[in-house]
Amino acid sequence: MAEAEAKRVASDERAAFDWLGALRDAGFLGLLTLGLSFPIIAFRTRQDLWQGLVLDPRWELVTVLVAIAFTARFCWLVFGNRLAGGVQSLAERVGSTLSPLKSYTATFRLVGLAWLIAYPFLAVLFAGPGGALKWIDNFGIQILIYVMLGWGLNIVVGLAGLLDLGYVAFYAVGAYSTALLSTYFGFSFWLCLPLAGIFAALWGILLGFPVLRLRGDYLAIVTLAFGEIIRLVLINWVELTNGAAGISGIPRPTFFGLPFNASDEGFAAFFGLQFTPLHRLFFLFYLILLLALLTNWVTIRLRRLPIGRAWEALREDEIACRSLGIDTVTTKLTAFSIGAMFGGIAGAFFAARLGFISPKSFEFMESAVILSIVVLGGMGSQIGVAIAAVVMIGGTEMLRELVWLKAIFGAGFDPTQYRMLLFGMAMVAMMVWRPRGLISKREPSIVLHEKRAIGGELVKEGQG
Amino acid sequence: MDYFLQQLINGLTLGSVYGLIAIGYTMVYGIIGMINFAHGDVFMLSAFIAVIIFLMITSLFGGLAIALALVLVLIIAMVLTALWSWAIERVAYRPLRGSFRLAPLISAIGMSIFLVNFVQLVQGPRNKSIPPIIDGSFVIPVDGGNITLAYKQILIIVTTAVLLAAFWFVVQKTALGRAQRACEQDRKMAALLGIDVDRTISLTFVMGAALAAVAGTLFMVQYGVVNFADGFVPGIKAFTAAVLGGIGSLPGAVIGGLLIGLIEVFWSAYFSIDYKDVAAFSILAITLIFMPSGILGKPDVEKV
Repeated sequence: MAEAEAKRVASDERAAFDWLGALRDAGFLGLLTLGLSFPIIAFRTRQDLWQGLVLDPRWELVTVLVAIAFTARFCWLVFGNRLAGGVQSLAERVGSTLSPLKSYTATFRLVGLAWLIAYPFLAVLFAGPGGALKWIDNFGIQILIYVMLGWGLNIVVGLAGLLDLGYVAFYAVGAYSTALLSTYFGFSFWLCLPLAGIFAALWGILLGFPVLRLRGDYLAIVTLAFGEIIRLVLINWVELTNGAAGISGIPRPTFFGLPFNASDEGFAAFFGLQFTPLHRLFFLFYLILLLALLTNWVTIRLRRLPIGRAWEALREDEIACRSLGIDTVTTKLTAFSIGAMFGGIAGAFFAARLGFISPKSFEFMESAVILSIVVLGGMGSQIGVAIAAVVMIGGTEMLRELVWLKAIFGAGFDPTQYRMLLFGMAMVAMMVWRPRGLISKREPSIVLHEKRAIGGELVKEGQG
Repeated sequence: MDYFLQQLINGLTLGSVYGLIAIGYTMVYGIIGMINFAHGDVFMLSAFIAVIIFLMITSLFGGLAIALALVLVLIIAMVLTALWSWAIERVAYRPLRGSFRLAPLISAIGMSIFLVNFVQLVQGPRNKSIPPIIDGSFVIPVDGGNITLAYKQILIIVTTAVLLAAFWFVVQKTALGRAQRACEQDRKMAALLGIDVDRTISLTFVMGAALAAVAGTLFMVQYGVVNFADGFVPGIKAFTAAVLGGIGSLPGAVIGGLLIGLIEVFWSAYFSIDYKDVAAFSILAITLIFMPSGILGKPDVEKV
């Protein structure tokens, strides 16, 4: 009965389709595209040695863009309804096939972990010792650093609901304390690692104490300001930090005192292995994997404690928390400083991994990338953050590999230029379509009578 | 004395530009309670548009008087930037009304990242410099020395004053201004009384962007160099100005802008130029912590 009704409505819609209206709508979008791209895309400024700044017209590009906008809009208006219906039913079908998988979460976790542990060996197996360098370093270690940073920031943003735009400051504090302690005082990496975490946590308390009374968006801006202040001080305090040139010669981490080099006291010689740079990469990979899993484990445990529950309550409704007697400042401060601590530890690892750091690595964009990982992952979801880090950082690295696109778009085409552009667009699209992130359903950490899923559709937070 | 007066003039010039950008922040915050993080980048975009239009006009009509050319550049830049801002609001902010509180801010950050990289991509990463548009200056002898008052500084201060007066008129005396103030006080009630709230909000974005375009054009006149990364720091400083003046208050934004301009110039002149941005960021933090309602703002009342 309902089906027949739907069919009738659909056929009515088709009969009454407003072709003229669709054309007008698409034409409007085409004109808008023309207006938006008129000077900024249509003319590229070029610094000419003799004539100063000259303009290179690029009307072909604008024509193509306008045509794409017009056609896409028109097609969307004509076929969009059916397409949207198809996508929705597909999503429902995928959702219903995936839902029984939930009971296998534990198995899934084990498989994932096993895969991660086997990853460097698989890389060597499939790419050979030379090719594996790239896969372990650029993909494995790089992604895991961001997974750890994402999980660290997730405590602040995802659990406590404090938007922190200066998270990279704590990453910088960790990296610089490691660099300074090891180059000035000769501290070893293993001593620097916890110290970096402690320093970053102290900075978190120091910065957090005055600002955590502020409301959400003001807090975001103040953390941004602090992040920038720390970066500017790192640049300008040349006597201590060597300014924009950065600090080099930071000692590399050792394996219980065994350095990863070709010398007789090295790791390879001690275990009677042939020296290869892969040993160090394997070691770094497992180290960051361990650190990231530690972050994850601590977060999961903390969520079960009263403090973790207070964080999540705070995220949902601050006023209700206050009326229930939760000390909001202390609660926020713990989230802020624990998040900062993991940022600092990741920073220490970062400094020791490359042996070189400079303020360039700690710009606002870095904070924005980490934040977008947390946002896209679904604020609060651990696995979502990890997936988002893999997709975004791995995706960036993949962009580097897309050389074949040059064959289509010409030799001057550099796919990596589009990386941040895509990040920005993804953040906007995410907020518009799925404000709760890719994994928007969360299991509540604590339940009264029965388990009920909470998600974006069910909870409307922060309205107060 | 002459040094002090010189810095005062420089500070007022810089402050005018910040004030113009700050109005965009303060109006949007006043009406929908959102920090329009991408506004600084809209300003950067407008400076690029101004540079390109200026080059087009001078190459098409070489003999055109410089004043007429600048007026044309100003108007075209205002229109095109307003169009951009309208489109941004439509795509990135309007669908988020009624979403959770931080959603528009995150979307705005995404938009900001998009704009920076978009301009970098289509215009290239290098500085774009044009030869000085307006040369010459008055030299005024003061006891013990001279101060120079460049023509372009006069132009900047006068343009800012005239446009602010026009803007003030729109907000205070026209139906649109009344609608905006009504939406600011109570959006739901305004809608019930027949005000098209969405349209009013769109127009607020458009007006803010038009003033940012004025700032962008004046920035081009003053410095003659634009870069894709030029939006971030002026944007933050203008936001600081808006907060310092009391966010939501229009005269506050102008006063805040002038104050930030003066503080920045005097800080560079008497203390250290390296730390001038640190000074601006510290003022932002200190104001928000100790005086969150600013100089002219209303205290924020939290309703349950």
